[in-house]
Amino acid sequence: MYVAVKGGESAIKNSQELLAEERRGDKNVKELTLDQIQNQLSLSLDRVMAEASLYDRELAALAVKQSCGDLVEAIFLLRAYRTTLPRFGTTVPIETANMSIRRRISATFKDLPGGQVLGPSFDYTHRLLDFSLAANGDVPEAMEADGTVDRNMPRVTDLLNNEGLIEEETAEDDNEPFDLTRESLKFPADRPARLQNLARGDEGFLLALAYSTQRGWGRNHPFAGEIRMGELSIEFIPDELGFSIEIGEITITECQMINQFKGSSDIPAQFTRGYGLSFGHNERKTMAMGIVDRALRTRELDEHVQAPAQDEEFVLSHSCNVEASGFVQHLKLPHYVDFQSELVTVRALRGEANIDKTNIVKPISDIAATE
Amino acid sequence: MKRANEQKNRTTEINRRSWLSILAKSPLSEIQALWNKLELNPEWELIRKPEIGMVMVQGRTGGNGKAFNLGEVTITRAAVRLKNGNAGLSYVQGRSKKQAELCAVLDAMLQTPASHLQIFDNLITPLKETLEELRAQRSKKAANTKVNFFTMARGH
Repeated sequence: MYVAVKGGESAIKNSQELLAEERRGDKNVKELTLDQIQNQLSLSLDRVMAEASLYDRELAALAVKQSCGDLVEAIFLLRAYRTTLPRFGTTVPIETANMSIRRRISATFKDLPGGQVLGPSFDYTHRLLDFSLAANGDVPEAMEADGTVDRNMPRVTDLLNNEGLIEEETAEDDNEPFDLTRESLKFPADRPARLQNLARGDEGFLLALAYSTQRGWGRNHPFAGEIRMGELSIEFIPDELGFSIEIGEITITECQMINQFKGSSDIPAQFTRGYGLSFGHNERKTMAMGIVDRALRTRELDEHVQAPAQDEEFVLSHSCNVEASGFVQHLKLPHYVDFQSELVTVRALRGEANIDKTNIVKPISDIAATE
Repeated sequence: MKRANEQKNRTTEINRRSWLSILAKSPLSEIQALWNKLELNPEWELIRKPEIGMVMVQGRTGGNGKAFNLGEVTITRAAVRLKNGNAGLSYVQGRSKKQAELCAVLDAMLQTPASHLQIFDNLITPLKETLEELRAQRSKKAANTKVNFFTMARGH
């Protein structure tokens, strides 16, 4: 238990001033602008926006600057800011088939309608440090093809679905989906609730869980059916208009995981689905999300929960890094009263046992010193 | 007559959707530059002061299934009334109150027959062209990374 403390005001103020100075660093070096962060640290912003679950590039850049580049701290800042804003409503669900594609790959089909577009990717770089960047080298302009990418880029899962080779996606319905920003998560959680939780969940946590399934802890044999990244318009129906209008454009990454079969006496064997979706260009995150989404579908697919990644209460209760870092880091705050009571207890216990001091197990360092 | 009216309403709706979309997606600096060139000085009052808020973006499971909440986007809205009585509104991504107010004024002027053509031709059309150019450029750069993988025969 944490008992509030008083005092320390001037030390805290001085500590914050010191932090501000450290953040600024050497004043002979030019100060970072939000524009620079937005343009040159774009993947940091994408992670911050996704996990803060607020899309605003400028604010995400500010959060990254304020947190000295500590992204979990930046996520916390942006998450806190979003609680100050009113919500005007909900968009029309985005249609990822209409995305203006900048990247689209499939690890399952080499020839697919619309083709494979690598886009900007680290995938085929050699992961060797590029010292020309240290020398502020000029970057050549990327070449343009004669034509644009194909307008018709069907989702790979829709192609498989046409053949009945993959399970049908859950049907659309008119029910408002669960919203964990409005009500607390209850178990069992339905798929929309799980996906909202995973979409804002910590990338590192989801990555480790996804990896654990690949190593045998709840194996589900995933293939990256399709990964696509690009821009999508968002549409909203203002009450005063009664028809939908586009209110902006966001970058989105989507991953369709295709997993091994499920069949029964009624339904012949079919591939099963795992889905990842994220604000920004967040490929590792959406892939991990797709694998974990599939792992969590044990009830729908009649599987036994055998591994951590399949346990929805374990996964969904520990995925939020704002909650997790808050609870772990609160241990740094003064716990003096609390600890005093523990001291009293442990002394009393020892008094009762009337311990012979010569019998105390010595710390290892002492043993080493005497031997 | 009724049918003709309905048709007219549909057309207005489609046009209005289109210009509200273009205004929402264009950067303030470009809208402002084109607006300044027009040298118009309309008077308006605020029906709704520019207000910053959010909308929740929804996705669908598997891209086409049940809706779920993905996360929120910042949005600014405003509503104005011109002296001629025509009202306009705006919903614009981001947190620019200035853009929201200017876009609402433009929406009202675009609904005013006397100013419609001037605004449409000198502001909406060039903004639309810029957006389309940017989109085409982005797409052509992506198209230049289109890949053909070959599978290799393995083993004997």
